[in-house]
Amino acid sequence: MVKERIRDIEKLKEIASQVRRDILRQVYSSQSGHPGGSLGCADLLVALFFNAMRHNTSFNRKGEGEDLFFLSNGHISPLLYSVLARSGYFDVKELSTFRKLGSRLQGHPTTHEHLPGIRMSAGSLGQGLSVGIGAALSKKLKMEDNYVFVLMGDGEQNEGQVWEAVQFAPHYKVDNLVAIIDVNGQQIDGPTEQVMSNRDLANKYAAFGWKVLHMDGNNMVDAVKTLAAAKNACGNGIPIAIMMKTEMGAGVDFMMGSHKWHGVAPNDEQLANALSQLPETLGDY
Amino acid sequence: MKKFTYTEKKDTRSGFGAGMTELGRKNPNVVVLCADLVGSLKIDTFIKENPERFIQCGIAEANMIGIAAGLTIAGHIPYATTFANFGSSRVYDQIRQSVAYSNKNVKIAVSHAGLTLGEDGATHQVLEDIGMMKMLPGMTVINPCDYNQTKAATEAIADYEGPVYLRFGRPVVPVFTDADQKFEIGKAWMVSEGTDVSIIATGHLVWEAIQGAEKLEEEGIIAEVINIHTIKPLDEAAILKSVAKTRCVVSAEEHNRIGGLGDSIAQLLIRNDLVPQEYVAVDDSFGESGKPDELMKKYGLDAESIIKAAKKVIRRKQ
Repeated sequence: MVKERIRDIEKLKEIASQVRRDILRQVYSSQSGHPGGSLGCADLLVALFFNAMRHNTSFNRKGEGEDLFFLSNGHISPLLYSVLARSGYFDVKELSTFRKLGSRLQGHPTTHEHLPGIRMSAGSLGQGLSVGIGAALSKKLKMEDNYVFVLMGDGEQNEGQVWEAVQFAPHYKVDNLVAIIDVNGQQIDGPTEQVMSNRDLANKYAAFGWKVLHMDGNNMVDAVKTLAAAKNACGNGIPIAIMMKTEMGAGVDFMMGSHKWHGVAPNDEQLANALSQLPETLGDY
Repeated sequence: MKKFTYTEKKDTRSGFGAGMTELGRKNPNVVVLCADLVGSLKIDTFIKENPERFIQCGIAEANMIGIAAGLTIAGHIPYATTFANFGSSRVYDQIRQSVAYSNKNVKIAVSHAGLTLGEDGATHQVLEDIGMMKMLPGMTVINPCDYNQTKAATEAIADYEGPVYLRFGRPVVPVFTDADQKFEIGKAWMVSEGTDVSIIATGHLVWEAIQGAEKLEEEGIIAEVINIHTIKPLDEAAILKSVAKTRCVVSAEEHNRIGGLGDSIAQLLIRNDLVPQEYVAVDDSFGESGKPDELMKKYGLDAESIIKAAKKVIRRKQ
């Protein structure tokens, strides 16, 4: 069924709180996964799946008449799985199988296990924007007036393929495409500025021919507003890029402000501490 | 043995181009992508007739593979085209994750495979692509032998749902298969029946195998010649049936000895019916600049090498 749009910001914040609980409990349960970036992007994905996107939770891989979302930084899979389950693509109970043998919730999202809501495998970085462009071109050829959203990490901008795609989209006026870059300033080996500086990422995209918007990715009001602005800016012959400032680990005080929680699971005590900071709003799975 | 003649020589890439022209006219879902090699891929007519269904990607093959994968989602059938080296080894991870693992209906159609690319030399002469591609779960790997077979294969793979690697070449070679043939993916073509040795060839080596078999016949050796155009899935039944009769095999391909058709055959024989096998293939080396014919002779990929290998493998079975 077509997902109803939620416009109440407080309601969206409640969902985000539950999604953050889901992320932590999944990663804790398998003692494996990537909580930092998942927590940081939680508000964005809630804003996308519960407010901005037109999509149908009785999943059809082709996505005719729907807005599409592609996760390029596939390691924040616990976030995507939670949002898909909470949207109604599959039972939230299945979140308990995350990263375990025989699960459809693989370490990185895949079409291979036929999990509803997933249209492309992701994990090896740098590929999602190209895929999103292909899907956007396909929608144009089929005269569909839907949007395609792609989320990438800022560390991922190190990959050469990203820049092949960045030069392609304006050349072909792919103006039904919104690329969102999670600017949390962190990657595995440390701060992005130290590992491989992105310098002025917004101006780089602008120089390639993109319209650039800015968003506070951990502010639900701003997330909803900026996604609406991005959709409004579509259809003018120019692809849209959103520089989304987030805090890795957002919502859990001791996980914020560091790359250390990129790919580490919390222990018993840390989980209890983290969950105490996040109200259980929709009921744990 | 059955006699094969030809009236003209054509390049297999032109067979691909002719196939794309047909597809452009009959299948509205077919889309072509190219990485700045339109002239080399012979897709000018498709582009002229279907400009809205052609996507020039520039010299950016990784992005091209990703876009092709994205195009499949709503039901388009993208043919991603470039040279074999740039459509395989350069973009292996993109093919692995976005095409094969994601099971996307992408057709990777590549020209200038192997040594016969010629003067450009080893940087462009990929001899490892069959191996790389056949190792990907779910990938179909096809290497047709002449213009007509390439044209037929090009059209046939549009009707098959799943990722395909279609490999063809640059030089003009004899056109000896039927113009109106039906191409069946995964089905071997019995070129000529024989009793003494099975010569199993793919791509440009099929004509060489026929030439070799004719000379062997003059010496009283009756070779069975089989064309394996689909290296994966391999027509195991056809090969096992042949070796049950001949009890020895020569495999012939324009590819590294390691990882190609020969290795697929060897695996099959080890598991089912162990008979001697000789490889006609590049012996684990890179190529070099030269004319296609000179290179094929120097690297032992011609009728002479097939004859030698056949005689050797017949001795080994005794």
